[in-house]
Amino acid sequence: MKRFLTALALSAALASAETFVIQNATVWTMAKGKFTGSVVVKDGKIEQVGEKVMVPQGAKIIDAGGQHLIPGIIDAHSHIAAEAINEGSVSVSSMASIDDVLNPEDIAIYRALAGGVTTANILHGSANSIGGQTVITKMRWGTDAKTMLFEGGRPGIKFALGENPKRAGNAAVNVGGTPRPQRYPATRMGVEDVIRQAFIDAREYQRTWEEYKTKAANGERVVEPKRDLKLEPLVEILEGRRDVHAHCYRADEILMLLRVADEFGFKIRTLQHVLEGYKVAKEIAAHGAGASTFSDWWSYKVEAFDAIPYNAAIMHKKGVLVSLNSDSAELMRHLNTEAAKVMKYGGVSEEDALAMVTINPAKQLKIENRVGSIEPGKDADLVLYDKNPLSNYAKVQKVWIDGKMYFEREKDLADRAAREARKKGLLEKEKAAAPVQKKDGAAPRRGGPAE
Amino acid sequence: MQKILSLLLLGCGLLLAQPPSGIAIRNARIVTGSGPILQKGTVVLRNGLIDAVGENVTIPTDAWVINGEGMTVYPGLIDALSTIGITDAAATPGSARPAATPGAPAATVSRGPEDRPLTTSWLKAADLINTTDRRIESARNQGFTSAITWPRRGIFAGQGAVINLAGDKSNDMIIVPSTGQYLALVNGGFGAGYPASLMGSISYIRQIYVDADRYARIKKQYADNPRGLNRPEYDRALEGVLESQRLLLPANRRVEITRMISFSKELKRPTVLYGLQEGYLALDALQAAGLPVLINLKWPEKAREVDPENIESLKVLEVRDKAATTPAELAKKGVKFAFYADGIDQPADILKAVRKAMQAGLSEADALKAMTITPAEIFGFADRLGSIEKGKIGNLVVTKGGIFDEKPAIQHVFIDGVKYDPAPDTQTPAAAGARATGGGKEQEQQ
Repeated sequence: MKRFLTALALSAALASAETFVIQNATVWTMAKGKFTGSVVVKDGKIEQVGEKVMVPQGAKIIDAGGQHLIPGIIDAHSHIAAEAINEGSVSVSSMASIDDVLNPEDIAIYRALAGGVTTANILHGSANSIGGQTVITKMRWGTDAKTMLFEGGRPGIKFALGENPKRAGNAAVNVGGTPRPQRYPATRMGVEDVIRQAFIDAREYQRTWEEYKTKAANGERVVEPKRDLKLEPLVEILEGRRDVHAHCYRADEILMLLRVADEFGFKIRTLQHVLEGYKVAKEIAAHGAGASTFSDWWSYKVEAFDAIPYNAAIMHKKGVLVSLNSDSAELMRHLNTEAAKVMKYGGVSEEDALAMVTINPAKQLKIENRVGSIEPGKDADLVLYDKNPLSNYAKVQKVWIDGKMYFEREKDLADRAAREARKKGLLEKEKAAAPVQKKDGAAPRRGGPAE
Repeated sequence: MQKILSLLLLGCGLLLAQPPSGIAIRNARIVTGSGPILQKGTVVLRNGLIDAVGENVTIPTDAWVINGEGMTVYPGLIDALSTIGITDAAATPGSARPAATPGAPAATVSRGPEDRPLTTSWLKAADLINTTDRRIESARNQGFTSAITWPRRGIFAGQGAVINLAGDKSNDMIIVPSTGQYLALVNGGFGAGYPASLMGSISYIRQIYVDADRYARIKKQYADNPRGLNRPEYDRALEGVLESQRLLLPANRRVEITRMISFSKELKRPTVLYGLQEGYLALDALQAAGLPVLINLKWPEKAREVDPENIESLKVLEVRDKAATTPAELAKKGVKFAFYADGIDQPADILKAVRKAMQAGLSEADALKAMTITPAEIFGFADRLGSIEKGKIGNLVVTKGGIFDEKPAIQHVFIDGVKYDPAPDTQTPAAAGARATGGGKEQEQQ
């Protein structure tokens, strides 16, 4: 409760107190179609949405005539803003957490904002059958790591199947002439075994603690068991308190994972990459897993060859909740055009395509009550484009998170000269303070001058 | 004349293998560090301790008297984070693990926290002091009389000790044998096993403290009544962690500072942050956290050999421009900070780095505190060191002019009441007078 209150206080503090109205925009609500009209933002939330709204007294008016307003883009798979990605030493690294290494100063955050992204799921890498813990963040550029966290975002964890977890640590891989020690597993069978064994251990761990608690409650003298920070997140998965985001490519490994999850009674929240998802879309839909894929990025390794650009559209039509992710700081800057590709390959409607980078990833991350669409009561995470956001000519003009402007194209362009001048000034200052180089080019004394 | 005097004094230093019963420095300017500066005062050292200090002190008849006219007496300087005296390879930083021989089977690949990787929490600097380490003398020649020295290898490197920078036997040098645990965030590296990443290191530290707290509880439970219980398995890594409650966490950049502040809260142990060169960017966070910090005096510099075409980022340039403002800014915020000279090769550059912070706004009094009383307060030995007060350990520095002058002339250093004078060949150019050698000349040009 206290934590909840703090989170509330925090989000209130972050939200701009400014009340404003965006008028005359083409509003893509992602909930109730598209219309031309206004959106009223108050206390960081969307207050009204409609062709005609009550303009609150003193509200700032932003005329967005001819422009397009969409909910902030959500990237379900990103590795930006983190100072470590893989704990690659062990095949179960569930004790490691991205939360511990968030870097709010990563310039990729600002660039993502400039591409209309307001929320991203920051994942551990794919070197492990069961990887580290993930966090959902908002692109609150200029704040600190804790402030970037999506308040109340569900805990997540990365799983990975196939080549990455089985190749990592393979004895055949030499680094600088030194063979790396063999790390189990080295096959897809092994990956399955590692996951299954980890959950057998987690069940045992869960049982040990329950037994201890019962005995201690009965007043018996017992020694408290060890806490295992590796198994605790797996117990959370078993108890439905942590979401699994599983990196996968091939149809066989996808089915394998769904079966293992069924065996232990938990759900795979999302399948990531899932390039062969089109082959097993019905099974994915039946499990209830979401699919977060690329529009047309493949063939970068053997397991990623049997891919088609129709993957997202086919899974969508078979009833799978589909999102498009970036997995890349560069791709993250134009997820809108990634969505547009699904219209070309598979004939998905404009709005269904845009949903794949807004409301669909929100649902996959279970944050759709807060973000992903433009509806009264939701966070004022908004992106204003100068053109139809599905056009590759569209440029992001303004981005708000919690009603606060985090990116403004005009301002960025205007500030560039000042930044360059500041940089030039610092370089000149440093040059002036540097010791005069001797003519023969002798280096200054070692360790010397700090000025 | 001056030459004769210094020769005389030097002679005294050599003759004084047996310390006299007392030494008095009279008519000197005394910066006590605990009260106002005495413009003309006397300090008496006796039996290794400060026996008296003041403007009207009666000099004991049996004391050697040093004329302090034109000299300033300061408390001996303390380096708050050092490896001075530790030459043991098992405790000094470097590669995290011995390099694997090609083709040889990897013997010690850590599979997880249970293997206690990169952990020597039980190592005590106090047990590792090598009195022949040349750095002891060179630091002393710059006015340093004490250091807090730490094993520095691995993640849980070991326990620091407060030492005096003089003594025939290492045991004589120890002031506080265990004053905390040095932690670093290091990766095992390729193929070396867990942890191999920053987040792995952090989760490893977290697991160790979870284990240590449980270990303490079950040991107590067993000690209270062992009957019917299996004995707790002895774990020397956890023993080492439990006996060194204060922990040093690395935090140089702003991101690291805020990260380690919240990690410290989670670990619920007294914490000292070290690094802090981007401290000026995290002032409010540091003030709110209330943690003492150790500031690395090796200010960031442009790398010596870089591609001249490579223009660095604005952020890098700004940090280089502003890092030295951190001490002054922290002083304004009331954050407790001490200095350390990690990675400064030339001892003479240490005070130069302090002067850079002073040029960036740090007052002389605050600069001195950061090398005297504050490190003593942070590590809990201010009752015996860090200022010139009656009854404290007799550690002093005597300079001609001020210690923060551009070319400080350190005349004498007293440790445990024993006088040490900088040997001529290690003196700063100014102290060596006109006898500037080629090397000295080059220094003067800087």
